[in-house]
Amino acid sequence: MDKNRKVHQFKNPVLNWIEFRLPIISYFKKEYGDYPMPKNCNYFWSFGALATITLVTMIVSGIFLAMNYTPHTDMAFDSVERIMRDVNYGWLMRYIHSNGAAFFFIIVYIHIVRAMYFGSYKYPRELNWILGVFIFLLMMATSFLGYTLPWGQMSYWGATVITNLFSAIPFIGEGLKTWLLGDYNVGNATLNRFFALHYVLPFVIFGVVGLHVAAVHVHGSNNPDGIDIKTNNDSVNFFPYMLIKDTVAMCAFGVAISAVIFFGPNLMAEVDNYIPADPLVTPAHIVPNWYLAPFYAILRAVPDKLGGVLLMFGAIVILFVLPWLDRSKVRSCNYRPIYKWFMMGFFVNFFALGYVGMLPAEGLYLLIARVGLLYYFGFFFIITPFVGWIEKPSKLPLSISDVYAKNIAPNIGGGEKGIPSPAMQKDTNL
Amino acid sequence: MAKKPKNKRRDFLQLSTVTLGAVGTAAFIWPFLKSMSPAEDTLAAGSTEVDISTIEEGQSITIKWRGKPVFIKKRTKEEIDAAKMVQASDLRDPQDDADRVQKEEWLVLVGVCTHLGCVPLGQKVSDMKGEYDGWYCPCHGSHYDTSGRIRKGPAPKNLDVPPYTFLNDNTIKIG
Repeated sequence: MDKNRKVHQFKNPVLNWIEFRLPIISYFKKEYGDYPMPKNCNYFWSFGALATITLVTMIVSGIFLAMNYTPHTDMAFDSVERIMRDVNYGWLMRYIHSNGAAFFFIIVYIHIVRAMYFGSYKYPRELNWILGVFIFLLMMATSFLGYTLPWGQMSYWGATVITNLFSAIPFIGEGLKTWLLGDYNVGNATLNRFFALHYVLPFVIFGVVGLHVAAVHVHGSNNPDGIDIKTNNDSVNFFPYMLIKDTVAMCAFGVAISAVIFFGPNLMAEVDNYIPADPLVTPAHIVPNWYLAPFYAILRAVPDKLGGVLLMFGAIVILFVLPWLDRSKVRSCNYRPIYKWFMMGFFVNFFALGYVGMLPAEGLYLLIARVGLLYYFGFFFIITPFVGWIEKPSKLPLSISDVYAKNIAPNIGGGEKGIPSPAMQKDTNL
Repeated sequence: MAKKPKNKRRDFLQLSTVTLGAVGTAAFIWPFLKSMSPAEDTLAAGSTEVDISTIEEGQSITIKWRGKPVFIKKRTKEEIDAAKMVQASDLRDPQDDADRVQKEEWLVLVGVCTHLGCVPLGQKVSDMKGEYDGWYCPCHGSHYDTSGRIRKGPAPKNLDVPPYTFLNDNTIKIG
């Protein structure tokens, strides 16, 4: 033990007592108090905090739902109906949980869009990006498992279709599927283990989120201009500035999710899931949750079982290597005149894939899915490496403060009353 | 020279400890993995006897066997002819109609699409039967013919034929 270790001194003796034994208070002060955030961060940077809060909400509402849920094929559907009708505020817990899942994906998708557009995945934050994609994968697995639990028609057939994806693997596929299901088809053994895994995976997600946050705090957050913090003038402390900003974002988010929970709780639900599971009748039209639809569209766009499965998983796995496909050193698309448009095209394309993923795979929809599939992979394998090579980026600002100095320059030059830059404000405040 | 045997001894101890640890860990994990496989009561394969005397020509019934739907169809002359006409070599999963039935008019199939496990349509008169007049899977658009063979769409294989025997002219035992 290092006897020369410097122990942080606080005014409060209780804090000092704890700090001496476990330096957790100085850790939180450093990581969530004095932590420098680039001062040009916009509201896109609030979505990480929103996602964390949503995760906690999902865990809490889920624990309370589990107190009244029965993971048995004969009783699962009825126990969910009992939660909806008889359990005090059960309807609220369930609507928070089901819509919370959808909003969790909305938030995480925006978080990913932000990371892609502003190049947050680039050096030195590659590992952070990888952890993020890993979280995304865990989220998809967890939401799939959870969707099975109400044991409605969509639950049953969704589980059947997704677990059958594994049977596409040559030689071991059928055996692997049977092992995953614990039966030759989706049955009671399946429902039981899905419940167990659905309960535990969110805690795994929570752990990986901890690593994800710890990793971003090593090199600090990226920002809309994608340039590093150079001086104290470029940043503000997390507390209170960013905490307040995140709180504002949280309020707006609270209004949005409450509107859905209270006024349209089934907007994003499938009516077929209010019919109890029937192993002998497949619904005419099986649809995944909308937030998984882009990947489902890719699966259906390929007229080959194994090929479709490989491309669908490939569409997620490809995200892991994005930091190495993009050769450009410029992070923010604001300074990449060509790539910017391809990036926006990627987002539109992803949305279109999701749209056709919810519709029957035929005619024009199938064609759109196939074009979308080509653009999806073309974006990663051709456009991203190639554009990084030919594109001439616009001139980056010298520093984050410089961005503001430029913005107000015309006002100063014109001799009019200019809005003082945040940098100047900060100087006077100090 | 004096050092070498000593190192060897240490290497041996290290290697054998690690090996034993690895084997022990694997032996410990195995029961957990194996516990996820189908349990004994699930494996105790049930068999089902079905009375087929009431099925009219062209009619098809669905029964449940091991949790899965099984289609039993009494085929019409035209359907049998259509199934026989096809050259097996032209098919994705080449199989002659004769290899899929025991008695020509009786077609017995596991009613699970070989793509992703949906139940194909075609059992009811009003159902869509697909372009080959057999079964059509609404999930991802696979078409099966009057022998339950895959003809069009993403499914890789023909509909499975379960093990079955005719106990007499009016009864089939499946399983």
